[in-house]
Amino acid sequence: MYSRAYKSIVSLPPLLWVGLFLLLPYALMLAHSFWVVRDGLIVHQWNLQNYRTLATNAVYAEVLLRSMRIAASVTLCSLLLGYPLAYYLSFHAGARREILYQLVIVPLWVSYLVRGYAWKTILGSDGVLNGFLQYLHLTNAPVGFLLYSPFAVIVMLTHIYTPFVFLPIYAALEHIPRPVVEASQDLGAGPLKTFLRVILPLSLPGLLAGATFAFVLSLGDFLAPLLVGGASGTMIANIVQSLFGAAYDWPLGAAISVCILLITVTLLFLTERLEKRWSFR
Amino acid sequence: MSPAPAIPPLEEERTAGPLLEVRAVAKRFGDHEVLKGISLTIAAGEFITLLGESGSGKTTMLRLIAGFEQPSSGEIWMNGARLDSLPPYKRRVNTVFQQYALFPHLNVRDNVAYGLRVTNAPANEIDPRVADALRMVKMDSFASARPATLSGGQQQRVALARALVNRPLLLLLDEPLSALDANLRKEMQSELKSLQREVGITFLFVTHDQDEAMALSDRIALLRNGALEQIASPREIYSHPATAYTAQFIGQTNLLRAEIRSGTATCGALRWPASAPDGTALFSLRPEAIRLAEVAANAVADSAAAEVRFSGTVKQQLYGGASELLEVDCGSQTLRVKIPARGPLSGEQNFSFFTGDAVPVSE
Amino acid sequence: MSATPTTVATRSTSSVTRGVPLLAAYSWLVFAFIYLPIIVLIVYSFNRDGVGGFPPRHLTLDWYRQLFADGAIWTSVLNSLIVATSSVALSLTLGLLAALALDRASFSGKSLFRRLVLLPLILPGIITGLSLLMFAVYGGAHLSLLTVFLGHGTALISVATTELFAGLQKMDRAQEEASLDLGATPLQTFWRVTLPNLKLSLIAAGLLIFTLSMDEIAVTFFLIGRDNTLPLEIWGRLRRGITPEINAISTLIFAASVILIVIWFQLRTRAQRRTS
Repeated sequence: MYSRAYKSIVSLPPLLWVGLFLLLPYALMLAHSFWVVRDGLIVHQWNLQNYRTLATNAVYAEVLLRSMRIAASVTLCSLLLGYPLAYYLSFHAGARREILYQLVIVPLWVSYLVRGYAWKTILGSDGVLNGFLQYLHLTNAPVGFLLYSPFAVIVMLTHIYTPFVFLPIYAALEHIPRPVVEASQDLGAGPLKTFLRVILPLSLPGLLAGATFAFVLSLGDFLAPLLVGGASGTMIANIVQSLFGAAYDWPLGAAISVCILLITVTLLFLTERLEKRWSFR
Repeated sequence: MSPAPAIPPLEEERTAGPLLEVRAVAKRFGDHEVLKGISLTIAAGEFITLLGESGSGKTTMLRLIAGFEQPSSGEIWMNGARLDSLPPYKRRVNTVFQQYALFPHLNVRDNVAYGLRVTNAPANEIDPRVADALRMVKMDSFASARPATLSGGQQQRVALARALVNRPLLLLLDEPLSALDANLRKEMQSELKSLQREVGITFLFVTHDQDEAMALSDRIALLRNGALEQIASPREIYSHPATAYTAQFIGQTNLLRAEIRSGTATCGALRWPASAPDGTALFSLRPEAIRLAEVAANAVADSAAAEVRFSGTVKQQLYGGASELLEVDCGSQTLRVKIPARGPLSGEQNFSFFTGDAVPVSE
Repeated sequence: MSATPTTVATRSTSSVTRGVPLLAAYSWLVFAFIYLPIIVLIVYSFNRDGVGGFPPRHLTLDWYRQLFADGAIWTSVLNSLIVATSSVALSLTLGLLAALALDRASFSGKSLFRRLVLLPLILPGIITGLSLLMFAVYGGAHLSLLTVFLGHGTALISVATTELFAGLQKMDRAQEEASLDLGATPLQTFWRVTLPNLKLSLIAAGLLIFTLSMDEIAVTFFLIGRDNTLPLEIWGRLRRGITPEINAISTLIFAASVILIVIWFQLRTRAQRRTS
């Protein structure tokens, strides 16, 4: 039905643009990772020095591990918050489902900065939470670890990504045909068994999608640590950011970015395979 | 392996008295009253059909018995114990869903075994029982297949096996054949009937198709707008419909509005003896009860005769292979007449019917 | 930035399980977690004595007054608006073409193309931002609002593509066939049949891109020149110290986002309802 001319006209511009402004820049970043900095200038000498540095210098591995731990914690907490919420909305909320759904979605699109800033003001030693605790005479002095710690980063990112995790899980739950759930109960399985044997397995693709999203984006986040992380909450992306800033070592920064990219793509690939296996359409 | 039923209800579970008692059950959804105080009993081992149009409440009744809805008032009892206070997973009732509702993430064998596993049936019993159930519905070669790869008819058999393997006291079937095409439907009807005979489990079947209901059931419960119109065996309900609705819903009929005076019913040119009191009454006369008469109608209608004769003009003739459906104009009304196929007819013809075939029905 | 909500399957009206008070309570706690920080933020924008401590006394509108007098903020708002509207135009155009290509054309490397287009959605913003930075530097470009615009436009193509692709899939293909059958050229068909059918999707996608561009910070961080966008202006302020003025502008951003997203959601459900 569509002529070759039609197909060319619609395909070429986005292909060219994406090739120029996405593929090329990513390739450029890859190239940079094989170059070095000498005397304040980037030298186009192809070598593996950056990767060797990353492999041998323990600092990078430590920060990367810390970042992965934080990302994993964020993913876990977001799932613990987002899944029950999605389940409640899908199976128990009845007519109020749509309104509640909107209520969950709206914060999703409200500025990341606004939400991060809110946590900064809440968690500080002079912040709202400490003031509240002291007002209730639960504590006498400000609690220190709330702000400028990995804890604060996890809290903030969980707050950001819980709605992200909620979305695909809710969609997956909604797609489960209700007669299938009724059939499970009809055959003798109570609510808990029905959940474990029918609902959870059928919602796995959505769960995976949400979890991957939260993990990958948390791993590469550099703003949360800057806002609320402090020294102990620095993550791998902050190192990259400083290498492109004051520390001026673009090649090394590019190498770390490539590593993050590799981790991301690997995870995406794995979850895509798993999602295909576990989706029963 | 003997062909004897692999899935009979255990003998000691049959108690005296009806299996299921529905006592004045009503169901409201908001302002809408879907079921209006229905009472009926179901005997163990029978094949009973809930028949009705969409909106008649038959599916709601089924869901009340299955446990997915709660009655607004009234009670449901099974084997002398209260049923409606139990959640669905505690009832000895299983359902075959309209869209089969097979678990997409489990293969056929695991689907059928599901009920046995979640109720902690003895582990060594599960595999043999599942195999027997699959053999019974002729799906044993598909044991490892996923539901998505099966046709509608095949999924339906698996759904049947999945329900029956648990030896329920009552099997609910929610329009299970409506998604199948005509030929497959006929085939499955026949299989269902013999299956029920074989396992002896009580079947409560829901459908809007009256031919299906007539062919399969021991008894038919006709529902109309949430109320029970009539409950009787297919032969009884066909030959003695209680109301005009029943007469028209099941099979075709002519509704004759007659004046009764001194034991004679008069409807236009037709007169026949009737034992009803004076006044107007409604009669149901099936088209196939009217025959072509050899002898012309008497000049003076003999109201005491067992046979009623009349004449009319054939307005339309629809050929049906084995029969003809005629539209006959008798002056005051038009009657539908069904006769064995005999070639084209035209003009004025003589007809007759036995007085007993004019069945009085209420409005 | 994430996948947009998919269609909701039809379902029976009765609830399958009985009420579970524990689950309901937990859900409301999750809701509280999601909303309380924002509520706190809004409340403290009216607090005379700064951001922190408890409870807030001396409520005042002074911070809003200070905000409205703050020239730099409003300049950055203007910059953001310029970038956002341009990004909407660019992303929608390329996103529409990409969606059409994915829907209708088949060519080798199509799945790679699809992944590439959707990649900025899932990749951390820093990677996309740095890649574009390197590209800009190599191209000899100076960092400015133009580079920001190119960054947003490119990254947000993915949002447009996803939304418009969904809209195309739902469209009744027979309408286009009917148009061609009646004598319209493919171009006329596109203009008179395809586009009107996509109207709701286009508006919804546009609103979403606009909102995301206004709030974008990760990619912008590396592509910004002398002129600040609103998020980066706020970010700079945070370095200088926290005042309720920042709460005030945050509150306004929140209010504007909510309005836009609610409109977006209504449009989307209307589009879904129309084609279901």
